[in-house]
Amino acid sequence: MTTSYQLKRVDFIFKNENDWEDVLSKSISKPPQELINELISSELKGRGGAGFPTGLKWKLSSEAVDDTKYVICNADEGEPGTFKDREILSRVPFKVLTAMAVCGHVIGSKEGYIYLRGEYFFLQPELNKAISEFEYYCKEINLDFKIRIFMGSGAYICGEETALFESMEGKRGEPRNKPPYPSSYGYMGKPTVINNVETLAHTFTIFKYGAKRFYDLGVQYSRGSKLFSVSGDTPKPGIYELELGMSLADFVDEFGDGDTKAVQVGGASGFLVPRKRFNETAIGFQGKLTGISLPTGGSMMLFNSSRSMFNVIDNYLEFFREESCGQCTPCRVGCQQLLSGIKAVKRGEKNAQYLDKLMRLAETMQYTAKCGLGQSVANSFSSIVENFREEMIY
Amino acid sequence: MTKKIKISINGVSVEIEPGTTILDAALQAGVIIPTLCYHKDLCVAGNCRVCVIEVAGQKRLAVACATPCEEGMEILTNSLKVRNSRKHIIELLLSEHNADCTRCYKNGNCELQYLASEFKIMTQDFIQLAPLKKYTIDMFSPSIVKDDSKCIRCQRCVRTCVELQGVNALTVAHKGDHMKITTFFEKAMSDVVCTNCGQCINHCPTGALVEKNYIEEVWDAIADKTKHVIVQTAPAVRVGLGEELGFEPGTRVTGKMVAALKRLGFDAVMDTDFTADLTIMEEGTELLTRLKKVLVDHDPEVKLPMATSCSPGWIKYIEHMFPNYLDHLSTCKSPQQMFGALAKTYYAKARNLDPDKIVSVSIMPCTAKKFEAARPEMHDSGYRDVDYVLTTRELAIMIKQAGIDFMKLEDMHYDRLMGESTGAGVIFGATGGVMEAALRTAYELVTGREVPFENLNIAPVRGMEGVKEASIIIENPLKEWAFLEGVELKCAVAHGLVNAGKVMEAIRSGQASYHFIEFMACPGGCLGGGGQPIPTSPEIRRKRAEAIYAEDAGMPIRKSHQNPEIIKIYKDFLDHPNSEKSHHLLHTHYTSRERF
Repeated sequence: MTTSYQLKRVDFIFKNENDWEDVLSKSISKPPQELINELISSELKGRGGAGFPTGLKWKLSSEAVDDTKYVICNADEGEPGTFKDREILSRVPFKVLTAMAVCGHVIGSKEGYIYLRGEYFFLQPELNKAISEFEYYCKEINLDFKIRIFMGSGAYICGEETALFESMEGKRGEPRNKPPYPSSYGYMGKPTVINNVETLAHTFTIFKYGAKRFYDLGVQYSRGSKLFSVSGDTPKPGIYELELGMSLADFVDEFGDGDTKAVQVGGASGFLVPRKRFNETAIGFQGKLTGISLPTGGSMMLFNSSRSMFNVIDNYLEFFREESCGQCTPCRVGCQQLLSGIKAVKRGEKNAQYLDKLMRLAETMQYTAKCGLGQSVANSFSSIVENFREEMIY
Repeated sequence: MTKKIKISINGVSVEIEPGTTILDAALQAGVIIPTLCYHKDLCVAGNCRVCVIEVAGQKRLAVACATPCEEGMEILTNSLKVRNSRKHIIELLLSEHNADCTRCYKNGNCELQYLASEFKIMTQDFIQLAPLKKYTIDMFSPSIVKDDSKCIRCQRCVRTCVELQGVNALTVAHKGDHMKITTFFEKAMSDVVCTNCGQCINHCPTGALVEKNYIEEVWDAIADKTKHVIVQTAPAVRVGLGEELGFEPGTRVTGKMVAALKRLGFDAVMDTDFTADLTIMEEGTELLTRLKKVLVDHDPEVKLPMATSCSPGWIKYIEHMFPNYLDHLSTCKSPQQMFGALAKTYYAKARNLDPDKIVSVSIMPCTAKKFEAARPEMHDSGYRDVDYVLTTRELAIMIKQAGIDFMKLEDMHYDRLMGESTGAGVIFGATGGVMEAALRTAYELVTGREVPFENLNIAPVRGMEGVKEASIIIENPLKEWAFLEGVELKCAVAHGLVNAGKVMEAIRSGQASYHFIEFMACPGGCLGGGGQPIPTSPEIRRKRAEAIYAEDAGMPIRKSHQNPEIIKIYKDFLDHPNSEKSHHLLHTHYTSRERF
């Protein structure tokens, strides 16, 4: 095992390739099982942040028995500090559309939806144009697959897959109980594959170049490349495609401003890593490198020493207090308690030990919240309080 | 027969049917897991998270109510992690709740209070959020008080309003810390489609939804020596009241209730069952008249099927949801309002009382009755026909306040004149009861023979099925009803407004060809009414129904038209059913209402 891993730029996703028609017709001529095997052997994991193996997801839905199935592209990119999906959809929409159609072929679905974040309304006209061009081609090759855009309305929680289904069904966007999972009971109660925009774009790469090209990138457990939305105190904010498995130290070398105090990995629901842990932290999935390995939806926020960590967590918690769907107790009330708690400590109305009580509460929130987002809202709180406790008090 | 799966709960292995939730499996194994948003009447929401449990090998806790058991699961319901988390969740709920328990109407019957007491939440570690928020108390409805500061957002009321009632008056709005249970455009409960059925009250675990109570007003009236205060008790009250006063569900306490009411100081205690019998006479006659007008006269103005009009929740529902079908409603007032109109006319005259001095109180299993009594058209006696409506729960409160040892009371009888009832009046309290009572009388009026069912028990209209159907073929009718020869009288019974909606849709689409339909707003009929003791469940309602039918079976007279006081009132006062006088006092009209 080694951590001496250099930062490697990759150029797959945004590479201008005008051969989506070939990739599509070639892929749908293959039997579904072959495509699933390809995906499984690539070890592609969901790029929305949760990291569920994509091949397995498609396999489960393909095994579900139903006449109607759906493919949904989750473009409700709402995590603070993430802006990669917007770029994918505006620069290489055909890769995503192609991947959706191939997925339709694999699982036996004739209908696809792009759930587009409300704030991305401006993408709709161009995207619709791409869709009609795409569907025109589908007709030419006798592929029965329709794609429609469903506009979100601006709720963060609707990025959670089951809340997204509820929203599409015209209901209030609230996560469902799981099980059942989307692969058997998704949109309209039908088997559904729901993938992040970037995940779909990666499957395009895999279908075009084969699983091996993708698998050769990255490290064990974290194969392939990933887009990172770099923001904060950095001289070069933007979107970068990098190989997974890099250490955070290398990342900060490349993107920091020389005074990086901490990096928030994975957006507001992710973890804050302080400078002393840069070396031991790798970016990827559950890998057991030397230290922690953090999954990420791709948001990397850098903070330099001029930043108050209290303000950072205050800002995140304000966000969650408002964006929790409000149905489950730990998330709805927990966020309010964490927020009013740190303010009370800061003002001296509660003593510093109250932070410990809040830390235990954060743990309960992780254990008991109903959905993945609710379970992760306290991550930033725990990691910031753990590492910058003094900034919370004084 | 599916193969059972093996799991272990707290180290004890059990075999259960596949698909069983952890909550049910635990119950089978004798382990109680606390719940809050879970209710047997409703779909599983899994949002309060009180029922979290630990599954060995999983980092996160699962909720027992929503998680199905899987083979080999090792479940811990009382591990340190579970206990700490559960306590945290209760603390969180309390921090958001206006926990001013001593000043709460639900003090003593609050599920959050039970949990706080069980887990001994003695300190207040978290910051109290409730006072920081601006809450409103909606007191505009004559039936329901909605206090948002006590709401714990379990959404039981919302699920009730949607799933049981299909009304959708209550809904969830906003997100995060602003998330709340509210109405369309956050209007007052009095200004939305709310039918005042009160099922939300019955399903609310806290004091966020309660009835508007009129206890003090009634005490004042009783204390006023210049007033003659009379009281009527609805059929379903006698099988529910006992639950509030220490009896098991399904205990009949008719005699004790009468005794208690007399001790409370009411000047006369009479029975809504009497006017239930009267309703049968009026409504049965109306049905037969309608049948004649349709079958013989082919009068296009007369509508069939005819729908019952006893349930004020149902009335408001149809006024909102199917305003074009108001012609189908029987014009009969509900038994409560018939009683009210007669109390200040017939009764006042017979007792030589000034109707102005009569205060008419009714004890109802219902909150919609409060709204009904306040309807502007309910003044046919020249006064407000019913002055105060109390729920079964409010009566229980008065009995307790008066220091009456209910268990030790000797049974007493209702007062004369409007206190005599039959088994037919009693079964108004259960779903299908009005139909059964009507058939017992109508069939006999038409044919001169008893209904062709064993012991007069019309089984097809009994039971808890959402929509029930029955038909009777009329053979050898009396001469004046000869046009009914061979007619198959088709009837339906629906209870719970969601079922009422289904039947109405079937009528609208032309799929249903009924002659007569009984509609009751509440699940199980009045015995499951919004004013009945809390908690409610299918099991409790079944027991109350058994009690109702036992009461009926034990009555010497079981057909409305044989009630001697009914015979007397027609002789002395009303002349005959659907007479001009009864039209004036006992019949009413309906108002079409908007949905929004």
